[in-house]
Amino acid sequence: MQINHTLNSIILIALVASGLWTIMTRSLIRSAIGLALTSAVLTMLMFSFDSWLAGVFELSVCAGLISVVFISTISLTQPLTKAEVIKHMKDRLERFMYLPFLIIIVGVGLSLLKVNFNFQLPSPEIETDARKVLWNLRELDLLAQVVIIMTGIFGVLILFREMRRK
Amino acid sequence: MLSFFIILPLVALIILNLPFRALMNRIVFVFASMLALLQTAIASLAIAGIWDIRAIPVSPLLRFNIGVDNLSLLLLLCTGLVIFVTVLVSKSFIPQGETRFNFISMLIIALCGANGIALARDIFSLYVFIEVVSISSFILIAFNKDRDAFEGAFKYIILSAIATIFMLSGIGLLFLISGNMSFEAISVAMNTSRHALLILFAAGVFLCGLFIKGGLVPFHGWLADAYTAASAPVSVYLAGIATKTLGIYTLIRIAVSVFGFDMPISNVFLFIGILSIVVGAIATLTQTDFKRMLAYSSISQIGYIVLGLGCASPLGIAAAAFHFFNHAVFKSLLFVNSAAVEKQSGTRDMDKLGGLSQRMPVTGVTSVLACLSAAGVPPLAGFWSKLLIIIALWNTAHYNYAAIAVLASLLTLAYMLLFQRKVFFGRESGHLASVKEGGWELVVPAIILAAITVGVGVFFPFNLCRLIIR
Repeated sequence: MQINHTLNSIILIALVASGLWTIMTRSLIRSAIGLALTSAVLTMLMFSFDSWLAGVFELSVCAGLISVVFISTISLTQPLTKAEVIKHMKDRLERFMYLPFLIIIVGVGLSLLKVNFNFQLPSPEIETDARKVLWNLRELDLLAQVVIIMTGIFGVLILFREMRRK
Repeated sequence: MLSFFIILPLVALIILNLPFRALMNRIVFVFASMLALLQTAIASLAIAGIWDIRAIPVSPLLRFNIGVDNLSLLLLLCTGLVIFVTVLVSKSFIPQGETRFNFISMLIIALCGANGIALARDIFSLYVFIEVVSISSFILIAFNKDRDAFEGAFKYIILSAIATIFMLSGIGLLFLISGNMSFEAISVAMNTSRHALLILFAAGVFLCGLFIKGGLVPFHGWLADAYTAASAPVSVYLAGIATKTLGIYTLIRIAVSVFGFDMPISNVFLFIGILSIVVGAIATLTQTDFKRMLAYSSISQIGYIVLGLGCASPLGIAAAAFHFFNHAVFKSLLFVNSAAVEKQSGTRDMDKLGGLSQRMPVTGVTSVLACLSAAGVPPLAGFWSKLLIIIALWNTAHYNYAAIAVLASLLTLAYMLLFQRKVFFGRESGHLASVKEGGWELVVPAIILAAITVGVGVFFPFNLCRLIIR
């Protein structure tokens, strides 16, 4: 129990760190990689909570596919000059400097409050066979997610490809 | 057969993206118009037998958890009609070739998403289709790729992401309580569960998400910027169907099929509805950009729909659904008119316009009809739906709300008349001497929508029985 708690705390800290790195890094590519890393750490947390199916989806869709879409988009956009990058970096640091402190203060505050979420909730009976989930239970969602991915790809092509041509 | 409403747009999109791009660029306009028109015809005919046809041998692959009722039919009808009008209007504003091809492709995806919302009977599927429409709307707003378009799209996507967080949190909690995602199972669990506080919290966060997506006060910050920044056909699409599908239809669906109308939910609807009506109407009076004025007017009109829903009576729900349809029609018409004026005069500033009714008679007449319908003047469609909402309020003893709704309707009449005087009547500005009526692609949709507004109003008893009560 204690080991699990320590492990989850370490993963949670890693999640916050990778999230902060994602939004504070100056390079767009690094930011996209940070996003994938954040998803990967979140996957670990999901595995730790026995939500392995959710973990698999998080890893394959968010850490994998979404990151590919992000990196494709970035490669289609015009890179900033070095001076612009430094300016953005300064602006970003000024804007987000308080963030780590805010997170620590909120965390400490919540732990001091000792809120007791003692809900006796029913445990939903969840199908654990991924094949059944995908093809028998959530087939409409699967179709809709295919449409979302198509929309994303169209969006990247519409908003960025033509801009590069100009 | 029902699955075809989702599958057909997808198949259409795949066919359009086959390698014969030059040919597809030429036919995409007609193809998309026909697709939207077909949907409008099927939804308005609503022959019971159509829905039970099994598409053998592919039916086992298309056996989704979907369903259709009168409310779904109403959304399918509105979606088909508004997408048809948007495709027509795009002919004037989006250059022929690859740009128009991309634009219409996005509209087809939006059509698929809106149909999914209409047919979904499962809260998570509903959410995923909401995201399809949201993402396509974001891309369409940014389609012009200028500073304003990106700013409008950025505001929309940020607030939409916040709404998504709220909705997903609500869905997660509801799943935890009910162990199932279907509307029916959640509804049963909400009535039998011992966790009343948690249910209230889940319903509250989910509704907050929907209020943001629907642009209701006080979550309306993105709406006016998005409508104004978008190109004219996108404004028609946003005002006609996008915000209504994402926020208002889902609100009606979830209230009717899942949450029910307990006292706190009903009171929240009444309060948010009346707040949106009044704030939207007052904000409208101070605008000089007519697209922005129409955007704030949308907030006010959407408030009437939510107010009707807040009555928690069958008449109130029917009135809300009726006003949903009427608003989709007259607001699309007003945005088609604004597209024509913007295209022909080159400005949206009402202070620089005037006397256009003589130069653009069709646009002038149809916009008068739309304005009167919005203000609730008999015998136009908007009058009947507003009357039903006020009767429903009165019947459920919400006298104060009914009185405010009537007074706000007078405010609507005031700003609509002001809009007419500044743009279509009054003294003609010198630089407008050469202005003439827009092309057929702007005139035809205006006539169709105006005819629906008049027809639905004049033949109200027949339409009430056929479209709502049946």
